[in-house]
Amino acid sequence: MRDIWDSFVSFFTSLRVTVVLLALSIILIFVATLDQVNLGIWAVQEKYFRSFFVFWKVNGFPVPVFPGGYFIGGLLLINLVASHFYHFRLTWKKSGILLTHAGLIVLLVGELLTGLWQEDYQLRLDEGQTRNYSEHFRDNELAVIDATDPKWDHVVAIPEKRLRNGHAIQHERLPFRIVTRAYYENAAVQMREELGNTAAPPPASRDIGSRLAIIPLPVTYKQDERNLPAAVIELLGPGNASLGTWVVSTMLVEPQTFDYEGRTWRLAMRFARTYKPYSLTLLKFSHDRYMGTAIPKNFASRVRLHSEDGTTDREVLIYMNNPLRHDGLTFYQAGFANNDKTTILQVVRNPSWLLPYIACLMMGVGLVIQFGIHLFAFVSKRRATV
Amino acid sequence: MKRLVPFLFLVLGALILASPLLRKQESVFDIEAFGRIPVVANGRTKPLDSVARNSLLLLQGRQRIVTPDGASLAPAEWLLDVFFRPELADTYKHFEIVHPGVLDVLGLTPADGDGNKRFAYLQLVEKLEEIDRQAELAAGVDAPVRTSYQRAVLNLRDHVILYQQLKHSLVVPDGSDFLGDLLRLQDNLAASVEAIRNRAAGKEADAELATFTMGMGSKFLRMEQIGNLLVIPPAAGSEGSTWTKAGQALLGTFQHGSINVHALTFAGLQHTWKDQQPEHFNTLLAKQRSELERSYPSILKKTDIETRFNQAAPFFTSIYLYVLAFIFAAFSWLKWPEPLQRSAFNLVLLAWIATTVGIAVRMWLEGRPPVTNLYSSALFVGWGSVGLCLILERIFRNGIGSVAAGLTGFCTLLIAHHLSLSGDTLEMMRAVLDSNFWLATHVVVITIGYAATYLAGFLAIIYVCRGVLTRSLDKATADALTRMVYGTICFATLFSLIGTILGGIWADQSWGRFWGWDPKENGALIIVIWNAIILHVRWGGIARTRGIMALAIFGNIVTSWSWFGTNMLGVGLHSYGFMDQAFIALVAFVATQLALLALAYVPRHMWRSAPVMK
Repeated sequence: MRDIWDSFVSFFTSLRVTVVLLALSIILIFVATLDQVNLGIWAVQEKYFRSFFVFWKVNGFPVPVFPGGYFIGGLLLINLVASHFYHFRLTWKKSGILLTHAGLIVLLVGELLTGLWQEDYQLRLDEGQTRNYSEHFRDNELAVIDATDPKWDHVVAIPEKRLRNGHAIQHERLPFRIVTRAYYENAAVQMREELGNTAAPPPASRDIGSRLAIIPLPVTYKQDERNLPAAVIELLGPGNASLGTWVVSTMLVEPQTFDYEGRTWRLAMRFARTYKPYSLTLLKFSHDRYMGTAIPKNFASRVRLHSEDGTTDREVLIYMNNPLRHDGLTFYQAGFANNDKTTILQVVRNPSWLLPYIACLMMGVGLVIQFGIHLFAFVSKRRATV
Repeated sequence: MKRLVPFLFLVLGALILASPLLRKQESVFDIEAFGRIPVVANGRTKPLDSVARNSLLLLQGRQRIVTPDGASLAPAEWLLDVFFRPELADTYKHFEIVHPGVLDVLGLTPADGDGNKRFAYLQLVEKLEEIDRQAELAAGVDAPVRTSYQRAVLNLRDHVILYQQLKHSLVVPDGSDFLGDLLRLQDNLAASVEAIRNRAAGKEADAELATFTMGMGSKFLRMEQIGNLLVIPPAAGSEGSTWTKAGQALLGTFQHGSINVHALTFAGLQHTWKDQQPEHFNTLLAKQRSELERSYPSILKKTDIETRFNQAAPFFTSIYLYVLAFIFAAFSWLKWPEPLQRSAFNLVLLAWIATTVGIAVRMWLEGRPPVTNLYSSALFVGWGSVGLCLILERIFRNGIGSVAAGLTGFCTLLIAHHLSLSGDTLEMMRAVLDSNFWLATHVVVITIGYAATYLAGFLAIIYVCRGVLTRSLDKATADALTRMVYGTICFATLFSLIGTILGGIWADQSWGRFWGWDPKENGALIIVIWNAIILHVRWGGIARTRGIMALAIFGNIVTSWSWFGTNMLGVGLHSYGFMDQAFIALVAFVATQLALLALAYVPRHMWRSAPVMK
């Protein structure tokens, strides 16, 4: 038993394992970089880095062909921690190496936390427009809105994931259940008349769904495109009495309205929203170009930040390399649209954003100490021989 | 003798560096003064001299231009002919076309061209529509998947357009007496406008004058639409207004009631250049200069220095010095070590100072840190690695530092030269990258990391070549080289690691993510990991000297992939410099490095230095 443990330890603390893992990580990163041309950056991250194994499809079956980012990274972390744990000796000569590797641990852990915690949103604002919510980059939701009271909307937002897995959805605020009859991860919707395909049965019975056709599209992984999901849903009242079926899609801008038991309801598939206790108003968007060219010189959004509790009410200028940090969120200038009248801000929540800064400092100081000791020894040795 | 030889080579090197500046202009026309005229192109104020040089590089890949009569022209002189004597410029062979498919479309053979590849506008003029049609077809294909023919034909169209734009930038290139016409318009402006109004209203009008005025208007419009240089400075004292095209300023004649004085000067220059009247030409230039000096002294200071800088071409002349230094230092291992090594060191030092000044001037002109694009990164990689070599040579005094300096200095300046063929190297920064703080920290640090990784690789190459091919790698030299490689890799690890992390921090500041797995980021990370592998292998005793040398040589491939290979993928935030031909060069470089790796693994007893290494 003791022997097994010892060989276990000596394996995980071995420098050879470190070198092999580092070499494997180089191959992984290299192949992943090449594959970006085909897959785009998001899919590459999922396939190569946020996975334990990289799978290739052989005759339609996924076969693991290479260790993934979590696998290599995890083993490296174990290797790193174990060897320091077992060979730990605090001497001046080792202090640089220790500090560097401690910094590396902070960096790796920071990246892991970022992968787990970071949330990306988008905020589109037309000039003069005010919004107190941002929209998710890739996630969507089905909003079921009780709009009976003209002053208030009660919204039940159902994440896309729940629709996809097809189970009936029940919610205390809803007098009906929602069942997904068909789900498309990426699809276009078009009027049936335009397609000239009126013979096929309509996908849904209620509202605009009876006049639409759903055209499934391949899932996109491109960085500048997003998937537009569509679904056919059925609402079931008590005793499974059907209220009818609807087509919901992020391509349909207007919510679909219906009345049920004296209350007015709206249905809308939309980009997932998060609401904030404050709002942003776009005062002015400016897009400067260099004289006589189309080369962009600067994008800047002048916005007013107003919090509901009345403690904040100020103007902010967000431009390239100068984001607004507020309430744990960071607002970056990401793009523009609509003839320079609309700004697109990227909103990121990343609670572990400070860790890379600390890691950088630790590793920098560590390496300087380490190599400084070498250099000092080398120079004094040369002095002695000359 | 030992002291004299290095000193003599120091003087020789200085003469080589100064030679471009010592050349006197031969023409009676003040071509230099013409080259110093400031204009705005690609968003930047620059002298016409730079416009001429960049255009020539774009059109034909070199600055030298020879007329059909065999006369050699200065770039600014060539530009004068393009502006003012287009009928002559149309016969100059300055369009480089090498793709056989494109030549077929044009009905030309290599033999029709100068040097089998350069053709004149007159040889293309009948096929312009076909060029345009072919280019339209090619433009419909996504850039990354275009064939070499499609890229070549699009290139040719861009070049023809550039040539036309230049021709329309100062005057209208239709062979008419533009100055005479402008003066006539000036004298009869009120009557001219009147004549057009009357004719439009159906009243009695001076038909000839109305037609003339309409004709001038359409000429101005053509200049405004086709010309690309902004050559008319804003009127003195008018805040916030920008430079304009000559055509735009001339169209303003009908509003302001007078012809813009700068536009008139250009017409005057055309007249005097056409009729070859040097005194009038020079007087006009001097007058325009004193006019500009009153309002724009700071702009003139910049454009004057840039013109001098263009002439001095410090990066180009330094190439010679690096080659000389390399030869001397390498030869020193066979004979006369002392004087040759000192001479080589002097030459390297001289070239390094010249490139330092060159980089400093570029920084001053741009108001930016040293590295802003791929071209300047090549300069800076060379500068950094030669700087490290100078330190190594000072410490070890064995010629190795100078050989490595000559090699890396030569290679990087050659790369820079080829990168400069794609246009103005002092580009304006795109908004995303517009941050002097991060350019000064992340980009500089990571570029030094590249430089050091390359240097380690080249030192390893010296080890292998000397060991296998010569008898000069004795034990002391081998030990010294091992130490140099190790020290350089330590340095490279430090800088590439810190540079990479700083890049992540910049990304966090700008886009809200520390790490995005962008190709360039991945490339930098691979360099860091590679250097880390070398260090761990050494510390763990997993590989011995030869293994370390082989790993360091492979580091050259890794670094080249990160530096250039990632840009060729055409994806990601860093793909600002997409290159085609460079791909072949990269593959060739990788092949040579693999060959050197094979050389490193020639069995020990077959190394020619084997007897002296024990």
